[in-house]
Amino acid sequence: MKQVSEVRVLAATGMLGSSFSEETFQDALRLNPHVIGCDAGSTDPGPYYLGAGIAMSSREAVKRDLTIMIKGGLKQGIPVLVGSAGTAGGSPHLEWTLNIVREIAAEHGLHFKLAQIDSEIDKETLIRYMEQGQVKELYPAPPITEQSLERLERVVGLMGPEPYMKAIEEGAQVVIAGRSSDTSIFAAVPIMHGMNHGPTWHAAKILECGAGCVEHRLYPDSMMAYIREDYFRVEPPNENMRCTPVSVVSHTLYENSNPYELVEPGGVLDTTESVYRQDGERGVIVAGSRYRHADTYTIRIEGVEKIGYRHIAVGGIRDPLVLKQLDSFLDGVKKRIRQKVKSSTGLPENEYQLQFRVYGDSGSMGKLEPLKYKDAHEVGIVLEVLAATEENAQSIMSIAWHTALHHPIPEWSGLVSQIAFPYSPPSISTGAVYRFALNHIIEVEDPLELFSIQYEDL
Amino acid sequence: MDLKLFEAAKLVRSKNAGPFFLTIDILFSSQDMFKKVIACGVLNEALISEIYGIPQHEVQGYICEEAMALKYSFPRPVTAGDFTDTDVFGGQQHGPLVNIEIPVELGAGLNGTL
Repeated sequence: MKQVSEVRVLAATGMLGSSFSEETFQDALRLNPHVIGCDAGSTDPGPYYLGAGIAMSSREAVKRDLTIMIKGGLKQGIPVLVGSAGTAGGSPHLEWTLNIVREIAAEHGLHFKLAQIDSEIDKETLIRYMEQGQVKELYPAPPITEQSLERLERVVGLMGPEPYMKAIEEGAQVVIAGRSSDTSIFAAVPIMHGMNHGPTWHAAKILECGAGCVEHRLYPDSMMAYIREDYFRVEPPNENMRCTPVSVVSHTLYENSNPYELVEPGGVLDTTESVYRQDGERGVIVAGSRYRHADTYTIRIEGVEKIGYRHIAVGGIRDPLVLKQLDSFLDGVKKRIRQKVKSSTGLPENEYQLQFRVYGDSGSMGKLEPLKYKDAHEVGIVLEVLAATEENAQSIMSIAWHTALHHPIPEWSGLVSQIAFPYSPPSISTGAVYRFALNHIIEVEDPLELFSIQYEDL
Repeated sequence: MDLKLFEAAKLVRSKNAGPFFLTIDILFSSQDMFKKVIACGVLNEALISEIYGIPQHEVQGYICEEAMALKYSFPRPVTAGDFTDTDVFGGQQHGPLVNIEIPVELGAGLNGTL
């Protein structure tokens, strides 16, 4: 790509499917961006999506956003890049997103070259890299054991900008990629144009949240970055929103453990010396951002193991006499449940887990809660069972909620019902349960070696 | 005069920084209040260590001048979404900080403005 003095990058919104104003987007296209990007994933909603192979987002919402983005990109003749497809960026998540793109192309009579970049790493590949000593722990890392390897459901690598760059070089107009470092989606095209890495990576870090860096975000919306040789400018295309130096700098705090050193696959973005100043009513210029290239290229990996199947029952406790002795009441319930499970199913205690959450007491903070509920007229209780199979979880939970419901207190004579269940059935399955099992990196020779690119002419 | 932290700060929040780390942000809207709160020495790694049951050396504290913010990051006691986790997004762990008493010398005005 040719050297230019400014590269303009448009982030459609902060998360694909969270929507953006179509008017804002069309206004932004008139500013002649070089690329349209959007982050489509996150580990924020937990391990379930990677494990189960499904996306968190509404299919219709994703389709709506993609339709506007793809039409806009094709009209302007600029690439459209989507990363961490389908929330978790694994192969099924990628395929889910690609099907939406194919539908859009068919329904709107659009013809373009589509690239898909897979980021899933199979177990054999992971083991091979481990045996070669190329897998290193981050902090804190769950140890990789024979058991966790056996239970590993799915692993993805977070790609840098290089796979996107390759796809664009090969003529792709729309790129749907698996799990990516959020910044790589937005850093790819500026790097192709030879822009300096400091401003490029810092701009990319801000763009990944769309309009998240404005002073008062009225709704999720688009963001533009103007990257120049030794600084960049951010300004929301929506005239009703504005960036200020504080709103932009505060944004480096959001979801980052260290706001000054942000690790990427090929190096570290250093914002220690970055300075922020207002430029115009709604824009901010950032200068002084630096990038240190690493000696070894490292790909962070995410992986989940399946730990069982869960059933829950949710209800309220309103009887003041039960509330006054709640801890001992729940202890008694637990003991009775375990006895009945043992005698009815024979399942040993170490083959299932039983947990109660008491909202109004310690539901949100668990053991860390410094306060004790006092004089609460009601608490919410969640009974939870984790077992190796769906059938065991159902069997144990049926015993559990029924036992809890009719557990007596000494003050009342006669049969009682101690929990207000809002639903019939009182308990529901929440399906398979996964746990993040990896916090590691793989040292690679080639930034592309873990990722495969396929092309399709639509 | 003692202020509660929520009266001095414009934002107190907790959030995951990835599934293995929790990060706490305390943002102020004036350099003056920011510096006064730091100076009174109540907010520090030791306090975070006590509230969250994390060894003090594992708490990473940052003073962010440009953002007028304090940040504390530490490994989550339980990985996000694990069986005993109580807060998948990590967004409701800052409660115990909100009403902390800060012995600040104030001129006039509350809510972090002067």
